[in-house]
Amino acid sequence: MRKRKALLFEMGRSGRQGYSLPSCDVPEKPLDELIPQNMKRTEPPEMPELSEVEVVRHYTELSTRNFGVDTGFYPLGSCTMKYNPKVNEEVAVLPGFAYLHPCQPDKTAQGALELYYNMEQHLKELTGMKRFTMQPAAGAHGELTGLMVIQAYHRHRDDHKRNKVLIPVTAHGTNPATVTMAGYEVVQIPSDERGNVDLEALKEAVDENTSALMLTNPSTLGLFEEEIIDVAKVVHNAGGLLYYDGANLNAIMGYTRPGDMGFDVVHLNIHKTLSTPHGGGGPGSGPVGVNDRLIPFLPVPLVDKIDDQFYFDYDLPESIGKVHSFYGNFGVVIKAYNYVCMMGAKGLKQASTDAVINANYLSSLLKKNYHIPYDRIRKHEFVLSAKPELKKGASAGDIAKALLDRGFHPPTVYFPLIVEEALMTEPNDTESKETLDAYAQAMEEIARDIDEDAEKVAASPHHTVVGRLDEVRAARNPILRWQKE
Amino acid sequence: MSEKFVHPYIPNSNPKIQREMLEAINVQDIEELFASLPDDHRFKGNLELPKPLLSEASLKKHVHGILAKNQTSSEYLSFLGGGCWNHHVPAICDEIANRSEFLTAYAGEPYEDHGRFQALFEYTSMMAELLDVDVVNVPTYDGSQAAATALRMACRITNRPEVLVAGSTAPNRLSAIEGYLYPDIKVKHIAFDPASGLMNMDDLSGKISKETGAVYLENPAYLGYMETQIQTISALAHQNGALSVAWADPSTLGILKPPSNYEVDLTCGEIQPLGLHMAMGGSRGGFIGSPDEERFIQEYPSRLFGIAPTTHNEWGFGDVAWERTSFANRENPREFVGTASALWGITAGVYLALLGPEGMRKLGENCLKRTAYALNKLSALSGVKAPAIGRNFFKEFAINFDDTNKSVREINNQLMENGIMGGHDLSKQYPQLGESALYSFTEVHSKEDIDCLVSVLESIIRR
Repeated sequence: MRKRKALLFEMGRSGRQGYSLPSCDVPEKPLDELIPQNMKRTEPPEMPELSEVEVVRHYTELSTRNFGVDTGFYPLGSCTMKYNPKVNEEVAVLPGFAYLHPCQPDKTAQGALELYYNMEQHLKELTGMKRFTMQPAAGAHGELTGLMVIQAYHRHRDDHKRNKVLIPVTAHGTNPATVTMAGYEVVQIPSDERGNVDLEALKEAVDENTSALMLTNPSTLGLFEEEIIDVAKVVHNAGGLLYYDGANLNAIMGYTRPGDMGFDVVHLNIHKTLSTPHGGGGPGSGPVGVNDRLIPFLPVPLVDKIDDQFYFDYDLPESIGKVHSFYGNFGVVIKAYNYVCMMGAKGLKQASTDAVINANYLSSLLKKNYHIPYDRIRKHEFVLSAKPELKKGASAGDIAKALLDRGFHPPTVYFPLIVEEALMTEPNDTESKETLDAYAQAMEEIARDIDEDAEKVAASPHHTVVGRLDEVRAARNPILRWQKE
Repeated sequence: MSEKFVHPYIPNSNPKIQREMLEAINVQDIEELFASLPDDHRFKGNLELPKPLLSEASLKKHVHGILAKNQTSSEYLSFLGGGCWNHHVPAICDEIANRSEFLTAYAGEPYEDHGRFQALFEYTSMMAELLDVDVVNVPTYDGSQAAATALRMACRITNRPEVLVAGSTAPNRLSAIEGYLYPDIKVKHIAFDPASGLMNMDDLSGKISKETGAVYLENPAYLGYMETQIQTISALAHQNGALSVAWADPSTLGILKPPSNYEVDLTCGEIQPLGLHMAMGGSRGGFIGSPDEERFIQEYPSRLFGIAPTTHNEWGFGDVAWERTSFANRENPREFVGTASALWGITAGVYLALLGPEGMRKLGENCLKRTAYALNKLSALSGVKAPAIGRNFFKEFAINFDDTNKSVREINNQLMENGIMGGHDLSKQYPQLGESALYSFTEVHSKEDIDCLVSVLESIIRR
């Protein structure tokens, strides 16, 4: 049964407290002596006043109104929602990590530095790149950092005319925004009929103004670029660099490496490929790896070692500087490190193998009831088109909501843009055959429901904790914060 | 076919199950699935990674071994601050941050992720109260990104290509801001007074022009002192058609006026003090706050959550002005939005809900009074100049050791031998301050802790 959930602001009573600060044991001094005139706050903030137990119950209830990987199948395309091993959570919050200050002298943080160092070696091996920075806090941040490094490289060679970055239409969603932020112009490259980058269009677009091509391989269609060798040649021959968006690395670990494919810069989403939880939208981590010629431009500091002593190396005169207040999301790096240790080379390759088998298996089941464009052997994901269903009266978004009613998290909808009514589906390596069968069954039922009563499907969800949102009312009168009447 | 092993994280890794699935898709050999990889680019060797540990027990042993090489504020008395502070993290913050429904979620819609939407809406509402603004975004990566984005927003709103930034801005943050704004926005530094640390108003007046999109200041400044000229700085920005952007530490705002009270347009900062562990500087989130005006709303790249009532008259939540984000506007985006720090936004919300207005006031008082006590004690030590710069401190100040004839490095080494982590060495970041260090005092430092620091320092200096 549906239960109305109160806002924090409707709870509590004046005078309650949920904090237990240490009592102030230093000699008292009047506040007016400590705060300059007119800088003291006069109106207290109108925040709720709650006891500990009220706060715990409120947030615990809210958490039960949320859907995570631990709740159920989460085939969100290009997001690699794999299982997040519990032991990693336990390790990452141990006091030896949680109570570390980023400005401690190197000799007092040898464990942290060693872990960073080890992780860098592992990522280098996994990707075939020469050095990594862990500073970027997520994927898009990695993209921006990578482009800044590329920019610094061209600038260092006094090559100032390169003002364009090429992006295939099947690339990861954040790429164009990143390119704009880095001050470049975006040039979109279409796909050919097999879903590859259109090589002729690429040749046409590449010139002496090309700074880089950003490629997601496998693409968001779940397809490996069959002509990657030629793509790399075309870009490199024009003096451009090749950027690898690692959003979909989960498909190829141990099978091929971006460094061996000729990529100059790589970013990884270790919150995807290396199993760390997505936190409802972060914290993530987007390490950036480069080949030899780009090392001098990486952000400071890098971690190095002399004999057995690890240290932060700030001596990089050509560096782009810092991209994070400190060294990136350390906790996420620890979790990913744990994952690599638990998996080893064999386990990581097995993960990619299973991610690919699962995607091909699930797509073969769904093909019976849905249209899958670019239908060939795929890697880790596939894209359904609900265009035929839309004609019957239910859109991709409606199908997504109908899946919620059946206890499944929906795929990514309406992306990539080249597929109409797209449902980008990534089952990943940590899902059992039984789960995939159950999902296919649910999708089959939805297809049948659309045939019988599309209107009802279009009115989904029917069984979620809240009813359908009144988006018209919300758009007409946006309320961005709670305020006392 | 490669050799198989059954891994606890991979349910179909059992060869029998795998065979069933391959048969279902009509594939004889796994290699067929990877046939599209060009042979030249196939990785043929074995990745040189450690052998899989496979058991939790071995993993924990391995990581504990690495851990043991760290020394932390759980064993040492630490006075490090400077952008990452040693505040107490209530147990409930960890508890809620580890609720797996929050932790393992991602980009769900307001239906299945009603809880996350509500928790973040409540976080932004409480932050809005604390900052005394109308709108607060869902957290960015960290405060540095929030500051840079606020400045980018200001330049888009004013359509101007340059920002003036307080020369006293935290050096790491400044480096990151400059990186984010490059190449289209020029960053100029405004000098600060070497004694008071305050912004040099003559320099500001000289540099501000029709090119200036924003003037940026921090309060408290990185070196701990309060900037007392916010109103004047803001007014000067406005007179010149620029916006004012101010950095604020949320832990100060139960007791100090928020920047908006000085006519500041955009407030930004870091939420680490609100219930997030220091974690080597890796648990962070940034905030931006502004008035509820279209010109601001339309320039936020981040998600903004608002109330969207449901068909059943419940509190529902949704994205406000979604079409402005890079999710919706892929072709013509301003800045990206993606995975950032949502979980830390929820956690900071828990912290604010626990403390409430009275708790935030007491937190502020605690920091102020302990810092004042420490300053009083430390300034009495011979050879010690405390403060090294500025006056009016919230939770940190710089100490100069030049007259002790000892370097900060030597002093900190000797403090470590006595179980104390001394302040952050400023000698490289601020050569003009000589041998100085930034010391931070929060609610976790008792009188006894401060007395201990003072007496150990005294004996080191005397040596």
